[in-house]
Amino acid sequence: MAGLRQIAMQGRAVLGIVLSQFRTLWRVLGHTFTRADTVQYPEQKPALSPRYRGRIVLTRDPDGEERCVACNLCAVVCPVACIALQKAEDAHGRWYPEFFRINFSRCILCGLCEEACPTYAIQLTPDFEMAEYDRRNMVYEKEHLLIDGPGKYHDYNFYRVAGKSIGGKDKGEAEHEAPPIDIHSLLP
Amino acid sequence: MSVGSPLNIGLILGAVIATAAVLIWVERRLLAVWQDRLGPNRLGPLGLLQVAADMIKILSKEDWVPPFADKGVFVFAPTVIMVTMLTAFAVVPIAPDVGIIDFNFGLLYFLALSSLSVYSAVLAGYASNNKYSLYGALRASAQTLSYEVFMGLSVMGVVMLAGTFDLRVIVEAQQNLWYIVPQCLGFAVFFIAALAESHRTPFDLPEAEHELVAGFHTEYSGIKFGMFFVGEYIGITLSSAMMVTLFFGGWHGPLLPPVVWFVLKTAVFIMLFILIRGSLPRPRYDQLMAFGWKVMLPLALVNLMLTGALVLMVGSDA
Amino acid sequence: MLLTLFYTAAAVAVISTALVVTQLNAVHALLYLILSLIASAVVFYLMGAYFAALLEVIVYAGAVMVLFLFVVMLLNLGQRTIEQEQAWLQPGSWRGPAVLAGVLLTELLWVLATGSAAETGHVVSSKEVGIRLFGPYVLAVELASMLLLAGLVGAYHLARRGGRLR
Repeated sequence: MAGLRQIAMQGRAVLGIVLSQFRTLWRVLGHTFTRADTVQYPEQKPALSPRYRGRIVLTRDPDGEERCVACNLCAVVCPVACIALQKAEDAHGRWYPEFFRINFSRCILCGLCEEACPTYAIQLTPDFEMAEYDRRNMVYEKEHLLIDGPGKYHDYNFYRVAGKSIGGKDKGEAEHEAPPIDIHSLLP
Repeated sequence: MSVGSPLNIGLILGAVIATAAVLIWVERRLLAVWQDRLGPNRLGPLGLLQVAADMIKILSKEDWVPPFADKGVFVFAPTVIMVTMLTAFAVVPIAPDVGIIDFNFGLLYFLALSSLSVYSAVLAGYASNNKYSLYGALRASAQTLSYEVFMGLSVMGVVMLAGTFDLRVIVEAQQNLWYIVPQCLGFAVFFIAALAESHRTPFDLPEAEHELVAGFHTEYSGIKFGMFFVGEYIGITLSSAMMVTLFFGGWHGPLLPPVVWFVLKTAVFIMLFILIRGSLPRPRYDQLMAFGWKVMLPLALVNLMLTGALVLMVGSDA
Repeated sequence: MLLTLFYTAAAVAVISTALVVTQLNAVHALLYLILSLIASAVVFYLMGAYFAALLEVIVYAGAVMVLFLFVVMLLNLGQRTIEQEQAWLQPGSWRGPAVLAGVLLTELLWVLATGSAAETGHVVSSKEVGIRLFGPYVLAVELASMLLLAGLVGAYHLARRGGRLR
């Protein structure tokens, strides 16, 4: 009796497997009438979202200053070590990269540098057409990377919200920043 | 046994080889359609000239024999599949007066040649002297040997109903009723066995690329690889033609001329082969063998028994 | 014409069988054995026994020899076995069997020369084979089927693991 029930259960399982094969075939056949997801590439461009991870750029503040503060976080986080930069400081106390170099023949467009960047300076753009005949042309210097706009974040200005004092903006003058506490005073 | 005219033979051979070549393009386009892609569409109308480009490429590649291979056998192996598959076409009755030979053991002849075609994979795997190729060859031999048994048993129902091994007589006997109706079980077994015999997905374990590189043809390139490739497509065409002949009434059909009906029905089955490649995953090897011996063999035997009982009940001349 | 074909096929069968014995590489020897089987199938065909010819190809060349090849490939014979084969093919070891085979061959030639060979010009149909198998030879068929059933049960018992459908 138990054997019979077992056979019946196995039979039902086998029937389910067989029917699922036919269901698969039918659903794949249904794709005869769906539109292709791919496009005729060089003539038709695919629609890429603004957050597509393509060629890397360095952006500027809304005021037109460089956003990059040369903190080196992007170079540290880069899994293929394709970013190289050197910190420098201008007369106002702003930090900036003296040089900024990305070797795109190594870059895997993973976007970790963009995630690590504290100032939204380094951003990935929806552009992937970076073919070169000479491999050395894949090494982009700062003048190739730096663009004139703010990229994806239009209003963000790091020095306006950060506590660091630079020329024309002292400590306590940033947005939402309280005046600094005089620790030598005994008053609360 | 009547022999077709040389023109007839030439036309059929040419048509078969041309079909096999065009199938390279057809398979790529159809898979693309079912996977929501575009597929090769640049070269010529609808990309049809892709066939020519593929041919030129494969013919102009270096014809390399690895130094560790068993040279004679290595060169001999790819010719086996081409020769067996092409000669097996000799017995396929295409239309009332089109065909190469009418052999009164045509069905057995087809089974014999399809059983010989396994040597192609086995010898290629042995001669390559490569462990992945050897695995592919072992799988090919075990798989083909097993599924050959069910293939032979599944068509015996048709033989009982028609009372002959002659394929032309079998088609003529389907004038009123296609054998798919009384032999649906036999057809299911035959179809699955044909898939396994031609090493097509989901039964392409001898060349399973994710585990065996390319299985028995890992070491092959150029024209020798091309022969395996085209041989597989001829095998698909042959299997489809046999299904049409045995179960779907061959050239019978209303309005259109017989040859057109035959070609149309064969094309449907070829497309079914490609659809199955596009949709079904590959089983594990032990599952494949267990499925064969535990499901297909009993099914084929039950079909044989039921058909025998039916024929006995209706009368021996049914 | 048919006679020429017959003798060609027979010659192919004999030569390839001789090559089976003399080949050093086991797989090459098996290839010649397959060729010999196919040649004898052609001989059957030319004698009008189409059914036997095709069964010879399906069963022997298509199935049994594949298993042989399978086993030989699994054994992974290398250079060592080739040397061993070379040692076995020294004149000392094949002289005895060759003399005995020569006796048989002369006997065969004698029978052929005296002209008592049967000439069958008629085509054997599958129905005839079936009637013979299940008529006069039914006992042999039943014995063979029992042997095969025993083999099947034995193989199933040996290959069984746990007893659950996996």
